[in-house]
Amino acid sequence: MASAPDIASDTMLDAFAHRHRLRPFEALPWLIAIAAFFVFPDYLALGAQILATILFALSLDLVLGYAGIVTLGHAAFFGTGAYTAGILAANGWGEPISGLIAAGAAAGAVGFATGAIILRTTGLTLLMQTLVVAAMLSELANKATRITGGADGLQGMDVWPIFGAFRFDLFGRTAYLYCAAVLLIGWLVVRSIVYSPFGRSLTGIRENVLRMHAVGAPVRRRKLIAYTISAALAGVSGALIAQTAQFVGLGALGLERSGTLLIMLIIGGVGQLYGAFIGVTIYMIAQDRFSTIDPVYWYFWIGLFMIFMVIFARGGVLGLIERVRQQIRKPSWNKPSWNKPSWNKPS
Amino acid sequence: MIGSVHISTLRTTLAGAAIAALTVAGSTVVASAQTIKIGLINSYSGFLAQAGDQMQKGIDLYIKEHEKDLPPGVKIEIIKRDDAAAPEVGKRVAQELITRDHVQLLVGVVGSPIAAAIAPLTQEAKVPLVITNAAGSAITRISPYVVRVSFTLWQQAYPLGQWAAKQGWKTAYTAVSDFIPGHDAEAAFTKGWTDAGLKTVGSVRFPTTNPDFAPFVQRIKDAKPDVAFIWPPAGEQATSVLKAVRDLGLRQAGINIVSTQDLVPDEELPNMGDVALGLVTAGTYSSAADRPANKAFLAAWNKEYAGKATPDFLSAHGWDGMSAIFDLIKETKGKFTGEEAIKFLTNWKTANSPRGSISIDPATRDIVQNINMRKTEMKDGKLANVEFDTVPNVKDPWKEQNPPK
Amino acid sequence: MDDLLSAAISIAFHGLALAMVLYLISVGLSVTMGLMGFVNLAHGAFAMAGGYALTTLMSHFQLPFGVALVGAIIIVVLASLLLERLLYRRLYGGDELDQVLMTMGLIFMTVGAATYFWGPVAQPIHPPELISGQIHLGSRDFPTYRSFLILCGVVLVTFLWLALERTRFGAKVRAAVDNLRMAQSVGINTSQLFALTFALGSGLAALGGALGADLLPIVPGYALGNLVYFLIVVSVGGLGSIRGPFVAAFLVGTADTAFKYIAPELGAFFIYALTMAILLWRPRGLFGHA
Repeated sequence: MASAPDIASDTMLDAFAHRHRLRPFEALPWLIAIAAFFVFPDYLALGAQILATILFALSLDLVLGYAGIVTLGHAAFFGTGAYTAGILAANGWGEPISGLIAAGAAAGAVGFATGAIILRTTGLTLLMQTLVVAAMLSELANKATRITGGADGLQGMDVWPIFGAFRFDLFGRTAYLYCAAVLLIGWLVVRSIVYSPFGRSLTGIRENVLRMHAVGAPVRRRKLIAYTISAALAGVSGALIAQTAQFVGLGALGLERSGTLLIMLIIGGVGQLYGAFIGVTIYMIAQDRFSTIDPVYWYFWIGLFMIFMVIFARGGVLGLIERVRQQIRKPSWNKPSWNKPSWNKPS
Repeated sequence: MIGSVHISTLRTTLAGAAIAALTVAGSTVVASAQTIKIGLINSYSGFLAQAGDQMQKGIDLYIKEHEKDLPPGVKIEIIKRDDAAAPEVGKRVAQELITRDHVQLLVGVVGSPIAAAIAPLTQEAKVPLVITNAAGSAITRISPYVVRVSFTLWQQAYPLGQWAAKQGWKTAYTAVSDFIPGHDAEAAFTKGWTDAGLKTVGSVRFPTTNPDFAPFVQRIKDAKPDVAFIWPPAGEQATSVLKAVRDLGLRQAGINIVSTQDLVPDEELPNMGDVALGLVTAGTYSSAADRPANKAFLAAWNKEYAGKATPDFLSAHGWDGMSAIFDLIKETKGKFTGEEAIKFLTNWKTANSPRGSISIDPATRDIVQNINMRKTEMKDGKLANVEFDTVPNVKDPWKEQNPPK
Repeated sequence: MDDLLSAAISIAFHGLALAMVLYLISVGLSVTMGLMGFVNLAHGAFAMAGGYALTTLMSHFQLPFGVALVGAIIIVVLASLLLERLLYRRLYGGDELDQVLMTMGLIFMTVGAATYFWGPVAQPIHPPELISGQIHLGSRDFPTYRSFLILCGVVLVTFLWLALERTRFGAKVRAAVDNLRMAQSVGINTSQLFALTFALGSGLAALGGALGADLLPIVPGYALGNLVYFLIVVSVGGLGSIRGPFVAAFLVGTADTAFKYIAPELGAFFIYALTMAILLWRPRGLFGHA
């Protein structure tokens, strides 16, 4: 005989708990990661790169999948983080964790500064601006040879052992566990943002920005916050790659890096949190296998695969899985489709 | 009935046992044959791809010609990986070659930034790297497991600067590609030039990829030096430089041009035309050289690549790199640790290189060789780099002038 | 003073030549993006194809320059019509992200295919003697080929402008760019229009890529490496316009060359900063439709 308000509050708490409760299958990626550590001891360097790139893809998903900002310049933040950590390590301060924090801060600052300027636009113009920001940073890094090494890359990085005890070894054991730990933290951060009211408002901005303006949501500010957080995470992932490879090259800031990240995320599925995990893993393992066999053919076949995906498998791997599940489930279950950003939508 | 079954079973069992025994014996025979895994890191894509191709041909040719010289039961397996002319890629593939493929030796590397990125790994893994091109002077100092059989820019550009200073010219201008070897070339030429008390009136660095040379050549023209030292990476960029020189009439304006052999790689000469005539360069190898070892090299080359390629210094250095490795294998009968290998290579020498007599300086693990002054002339109706003077047994001047602290 | 003038003229010539090449390649992209709303990141691949076709026709089939040039354009036009029908058509009016994915996939395929057929080394171009070397005008020498490029550019701009302003086809294009639905409702066959415009744009790109092989080397990574410059010209110029990309290409080409001359330490930084400033001031581009 519970009174109505009790039922309401129960439902709210239940809803809240339901939203944040970790579902069983979410442990799967971590179990796989731990298993891989033991099953593939020779491939841990690749594994570490995959883990760091997943964090990078998660950061992109935050702005692209949730806030609806299409960017081809996310490498700007990745590269800023990478060079920050790299320059610190090459100039006497090789402590990894503080390097990560510095990298995240630097990248976040760049994200905030550039976002404040360019996020007032949308569509193609915004895409161009993101490209231009990345290109400017790349050119800066190219020319500031004394600090960054320019086209030669940042030589002479010396990263200290983690906590003074765990040295970065040739086989990548330390690197793998390090990247896994940082990814775990990053993933928890992204997950909690996405499931928070803030995250919900981002989805609102993506789906129908006019209505968001109408309900008085501070659209510009929310977008900027999301962009800044995303930039910081991207910077941390860049620092991870720099520290585990003990090298930073100009490619960290390049268009190819931004473009392939976008592709990896789209292959996995945008806006669904785990798209990053799936897309990055598939792409990087495939690239590793195929470019060892024949580097020339790699570009051709991955290009063909991408076109194939666009025509037959829109929404990425997760979208495919979702469609299969819907076939099996009752057709009455309604899932809102992800509304794509359009060039002509007003900001 | 039963008897025949017994017999056929016996036959099958005997046959099976025989096969099993042979397989075991065969595999033991195979196991006693040894395969030495060698990781070859080359640029198969990117702005150094042409140089990479020239180097690859030299390496492949040596292996083909001398495979029969290997000790009995010893084979080599070359695992090729592309560094895409990017140092982070080169470092990654080197790590994979060491940790996944368990190579015993690394060989190759066109680009100096890539070699510099790989060098620290060689020390940690105790796997020697035999450099067959990368010419940055400081690289052999990064790790005691790096040995270089090719050349350094200082070896060529420093004597060139000294030579230029004696020609009666008063002012010089340098224009180089903006990465390690270009910086080395610029510093070396300038040192050789200014040591004689002369002045440089300017310098410029052009980007490594897709440079449009017109603005840079125009700057040289405006500065009006007596001599210009122009250094591009060897390959199609060299031809583009000379096209810009021709289009802007640099030589007609009275400016002499000197460089190292990278400006006039032998395979690009046919594309260059008259603008290359009279250019003076300092180099380690010219395909027009007369010595018998070169004639033998050319004969083998033409048999394999007839008409499809011209050998240049990259090919000769690749050839010599494999020569050093083969000597190592022959000497140790194919069994060596990393320390033993680097010890042998550090003291290696040969008189049979297409370049002449070369040796490794044990103190620096770097190459010691003759540097030739050449002039680009018409020979037998084709452009060729003709040697007219030689500076013998040049050690890397940068290391001599900058002893380790 | 005389030297300064001489240098300035030389820089102007080279800058203008680069501008013409950029324009030829980008104008097609501008019109198709404005017309079809389709983000064709792979547009540079048509320019690259033009370059490869020209060099192959000349070196492998021994065709003279002019014939090979025309042949290259025809080949690329046919290929683009095929691609438009098979691939592009499926994604008109669709998800922009899908368009990005598809066109990036195309770029990757061209990188692989080009490396497979022609190898990683830049294709050498040997223009005929007639347009090589230097020409003597008054007291100055001008590089002949660059002058030829500028001439081609000017001729084509005029031709395009006339075509757009004075022909039925041009009128239909302008109508469709302004308001697609209305254009359709007055009976314009927009799908045919798309195909023709796409072919025209790709043909021009092929011409630009082939003629400009000296300035933008024909390498497998062409489409990706030059993408930013093409997109800058298009977005600064304004989508759907013919004049816009001309002005933008002029700005980019001359600024790029001038800065390489005046301050090579800065590189292309200035171009990017300029682009950002212009796009902040005029998000739709200089001549874009509001």
